[in-house]
Amino acid sequence: MTEPDPGQPGTDHLDGNMLAGPLAEVFAVDVTTATGRCASCGRTGPVAGLRVYARAPGVVARCPACEAVILRLVRTPTSAWLDLRGATFLRVPMPAEPLMMPGPTSPAM
Amino acid sequence: MARTAVPGRLTNRAGWRVARLVDRRRETDTAATLVLDVPGWPGHQPGQHVDLRLTAEDGYQAARSYSISAPVDGDRVEVTVQRVPDGEVSPYLTGVFAVGDPVELRGPIGGYFVWRVTDTAPVLLVGGGSGIAPLMAMIRARGLAGSRVPFRLIYSVRTARDVYFADELRRRARDDHGLDVTYRYTREAPAGSPEPARRIGVADLNTHGWPPEFEPTCYVCGPTGFVERVADMLVALGHDPRRIRTERFGPTGG
Repeated sequence: MTEPDPGQPGTDHLDGNMLAGPLAEVFAVDVTTATGRCASCGRTGPVAGLRVYARAPGVVARCPACEAVILRLVRTPTSAWLDLRGATFLRVPMPAEPLMMPGPTSPAM
Repeated sequence: MARTAVPGRLTNRAGWRVARLVDRRRETDTAATLVLDVPGWPGHQPGQHVDLRLTAEDGYQAARSYSISAPVDGDRVEVTVQRVPDGEVSPYLTGVFAVGDPVELRGPIGGYFVWRVTDTAPVLLVGGGSGIAPLMAMIRARGLAGSRVPFRLIYSVRTARDVYFADELRRRARDDHGLDVTYRYTREAPAGSPEPARRIGVADLNTHGWPPEFEPTCYVCGPTGFVERVADMLVALGHDPRRIRTERFGPTGG
């Protein structure tokens, strides 16, 4: 990966891999390996495969199929603003952890 | 798990640390490998990247992502940087940045475009221009681990002068068993080349890649247009999209 060339038409976006650094400030897991569903068209795919536009005050990630905005992240000196309204869900790979599995709870609870 | 004073912060993965330049190796007229010393580097997987951040005297900051091009080696981290004309960061890193100078670094980051030495599926690497950098980390890690996983690299590059890691790739193609390297020259083919310069096509992926039935993992890295074209061709050839890993960036080269 390297910086984008503003002079190249059609190459004004990066991909979701570059979100790993900025999102690592917010999340304890690597969100780029998560699978997300686009709230606009329903496409499901890895966050790493989103189209990312970084030449803005913040980063904007769009669906590679319908171009709808899935995620916006703006970093101010004191806060990170994360807008995820374009994602119906994010499915994050997790190591096996029986106590955290959804489903019937134990009788003790 | 270690907790720090920063609320909600579980790991140091997101933190900026200060790295220093130890060595710079010329790759081409416009690209260089920077060898950085990063105290306390936790290690990385082949294919991961780092963010480098520069701060101007007036406080203006610019950060860019660069692929790590070599496997784990203690506190040494190598990134290969293509100089982008009029870029904010790469002309500094490839020119002014001197041995001993500091740069802020964050990483390792990215868990998607990653090959692990424990992976057993055959691998197809397709690199366009400077997109070779993370693929080279995979090739070197494979060699270092003595892995027998079959690797094929198709390297799309403008001319022979634009080939990164040229001598090492020639040597590894000869010595690393199970590694095949094919070049696709897009602007000017060297003398004696069997084919004229042209863009990568389905025939290249068909002839020099793996049949989809082998269920290879395909890593495609390069400029956005290149990556999308190659990924589309791989899908058309019958490869499962879930086994095609892509990483895109701006400047052309393939």
